[in-house]
Amino acid sequence: MKITEDEVLHVAALARIRLDDGEVRGLRSQLDKILGYMDILAAVDTAGVNPTHHPLPLVNAMRDDREQGCQELADVLRNAPQHEDGYIAVPRVIGQG
Amino acid sequence: MLETARQYRRYEKSPVEETRAFLEKIRSEPFNAFVTIDEAGALRDARAAEELLKSPEPGALAGIPVAVKDNICTRGLRTTCASKILSDFVPTFDATVVKRLKEQGAVILGKTNLDEFAMGSTTTSSIAGPTRNPRDPSRTPGGSSGGSGAAVAAGLCAGALGSDTGGSIRMPASFCGITGLKPTYGSVSRYGLVAFASSLDQIGPMAPTARDAAVLFDAIKGHDPLDSTSVPRDYGPTELDGIDLKGLRIGVPEEFFGEGLNPEVKAAVRSGIETLEDMGGRVVQVGLPHIGYGVAVYYIVATAEASSNLARYDGVRYGLRAQDVHELSDMYARTRATGFGLEVKRRIMLGTYALSAGYYDAYYRKASQVRTLIAQDFRRAFSRCDIIAGPTTPVTAFRLDEMVDDPLSLYLLDIYTIPANLAGLPALSIPCGFDSLGLPVGMQLMAPHFREDLLLGAGISFQDRTDYHQEGP
Repeated sequence: MKITEDEVLHVAALARIRLDDGEVRGLRSQLDKILGYMDILAAVDTAGVNPTHHPLPLVNAMRDDREQGCQELADVLRNAPQHEDGYIAVPRVIGQG
Repeated sequence: MLETARQYRRYEKSPVEETRAFLEKIRSEPFNAFVTIDEAGALRDARAAEELLKSPEPGALAGIPVAVKDNICTRGLRTTCASKILSDFVPTFDATVVKRLKEQGAVILGKTNLDEFAMGSTTTSSIAGPTRNPRDPSRTPGGSSGGSGAAVAAGLCAGALGSDTGGSIRMPASFCGITGLKPTYGSVSRYGLVAFASSLDQIGPMAPTARDAAVLFDAIKGHDPLDSTSVPRDYGPTELDGIDLKGLRIGVPEEFFGEGLNPEVKAAVRSGIETLEDMGGRVVQVGLPHIGYGVAVYYIVATAEASSNLARYDGVRYGLRAQDVHELSDMYARTRATGFGLEVKRRIMLGTYALSAGYYDAYYRKASQVRTLIAQDFRRAFSRCDIIAGPTTPVTAFRLDEMVDDPLSLYLLDIYTIPANLAGLPALSIPCGFDSLGLPVGMQLMAPHFREDLLLGAGISFQDRTDYHQEGP
């Protein structure tokens, strides 16, 4: 077995996704099968091979540090689930209300 | 598309009439190709195009009605990614590709359906419901740009934009019998494309013909300072008359014709390659020894990048927010539990796992190293040939009710399309025949970086000689 239900719960916590019991069971068996398939990579000799994280040899894209326009605050706030006084509002971060 | 442009200039047709006719068709279309129809916006664009057409050189796209995949941002027009988490999201800006289409006078009819966050190959995991294949409505159009594929195949637009992370333009192009181009990584701006896997994603054109795809590609390509992975270089216009195939070396990798390839697809693609030979092309054998690892590499790299990109959907700044929560981390976890569908959760989980402590080296690092070997395979192959030809997909469009509930078997459908994304190469799918049920088969052509001219040129010449692309549903 590549992955246990406890590991599924641990990964779900890292990914900030709450799962119900049925999802935990389903994902465990699906991820197990997918990760099992990934084992084919173990047979490839990659000694001394550099990893590729980007398909082209691009370096940093620089631009002049110049003032330019930005989006309208009212437009941006229209997509916010909750806002107050021009700020996006969220539930309490620490402690009890 | 080019014929319509000529008719506009001769005043035989007007953009407003043409747009009304397309909107009328879309309103009653049975394929569920669209998530959102923008009637008011389209007519506004069409009226603006009528003015543009009075100028001396209005450009080929003036007044041409097109559709845009619903993971590409359109200012003031809802962009959902087919996800509950973005079901009410209205972008405050246009993606660079949309801005360029509008500047050239194109009419945007609406937003097309996709698998949620472009993660899938069937266009079924959408809040708007599944899209159906105009060739046979009991079948999938492929995915994830299945809405764009179906809209083009059914004549609901003159052309469309899709996005391709592991085959999402080419697979629906193949299943729907149209032409689809995944451009070189970095040749089309990703600014305003909702990110899935940033080192793989590219926006590209889907159209009835390679010539139309070339017109759309020319309109959207080019450097964009707003996308730091966009490549600054001279992007000349595509030669719309096609190219002379005499002496063109066509690499045919045996790895693309092995186990798992449907025999009817194989026969159609072989006959497509023979046609290229009859036109003067010279077939050479090339080897891509690491290509068999592509699916494993892709589903580690793409999900790892997705797990990071989709971290932004937390219910804070936009999109869905879970209600009745009293603490921030609970809000994140419940928003994401409610807002994401099962396939998206599965991929975020897989990517998070592959990046997590203790597994990073075995999965993410290993996959990134094998990605290097796959890119090297292509470099070696392209030292012996000019383009590579093979199938786009191992099968033709399958029935929606035959879909198996097994993610891995669906992932394996991407086996021929994934390598181009991993190596950043351009790849084109063009119709090259039919199976015994009359369903279209796609042939995939690949070229070195920035050699779309070879792909589109060969595609145009191939279509001038064949009529597979003209046999409508």
